[in-house]
Amino acid sequence: MRVPDVELLWWEGCPSTDTALSELRQALSEVGLEAIQVRMREISSDEDVRQAGFSGSPTVLVDGADVAPHPAEPAGLTCRVYRRRDGSISPTPDPMDVRDALRRAMAAGAA
Amino acid sequence: MSLGLGQPLPEFLLPAADGQTVALVDGAQATVVVFTCNHCPYALAWHDRIQQAARDYADRGVRFLQINANDAERYPRDSLEAMRERVAVEDWPMPYLHDETQKVARAFGAQVTPDVFVFDAGGALRYRGAPDDDYSDPSANAQWLRSALDAMLAGRLPDPAETEPVGCSVKWKV
Repeated sequence: MRVPDVELLWWEGCPSTDTALSELRQALSEVGLEAIQVRMREISSDEDVRQAGFSGSPTVLVDGADVAPHPAEPAGLTCRVYRRRDGSISPTPDPMDVRDALRRAMAAGAA
Repeated sequence: MSLGLGQPLPEFLLPAADGQTVALVDGAQATVVVFTCNHCPYALAWHDRIQQAARDYADRGVRFLQINANDAERYPRDSLEAMRERVAVEDWPMPYLHDETQKVARAFGAQVTPDVFVFDAGGALRYRGAPDDDYSDPSANAQWLRSALDAMLAGRLPDPAETEPVGCSVKWKV
């Protein structure tokens, strides 16, 4: 089984980092990847935003791809708005989107 | 430094998204001021609950105001124009005010969006904090805010009188 690279981009102005990391670790556990290390990358400047294409905190990348891509979100030091599958607004991505992204990455590695 | 319990409601005069200019007037049984914005997930998650509370307490003499003080140059989604667009397509039971200079937000000591301040009929701060204990649970129903209003309308002090406001930091100009 291929192990994907998992990264969490965060900005200190948004209080959702701990929740996002907890939900990410739960998702990793559910797909059998509880042992892997999540890389944490702080975004703290406009230059960081430009380099990362950062559209808000938190952003979860699996093999460099956003688990919940939303092209309309402008880049910036801000808290990101996620729409979960039940329609609710959330400051963190839907755990189902995270799990699906992890499984796709694992399957891609097996192909 | 944020307003402390018992401190007076700061005076202000601000433009609203509907084109009016809003000043504080005497006569309300209570005044609720909520610092909010257009782009914060916490503010958006709590939005419907705060709006419903405004509707539910309107006939009890409670005045609600929401203020957006975020730096609109760095965050264009919080511009007065964006506020106007939002109010035009949503049902707002209260004025949505724009604090371009951020002086009002600084006078209150607003920290995050949403940040709730509740004042009694005499203009003294009686509750400050979050609308309720869980942004992700609509059934929480702005319970801390409603509890504070119910207590004040019954002539009592709110309990809790202070909770930790939770949300996105106010986007101050640099």
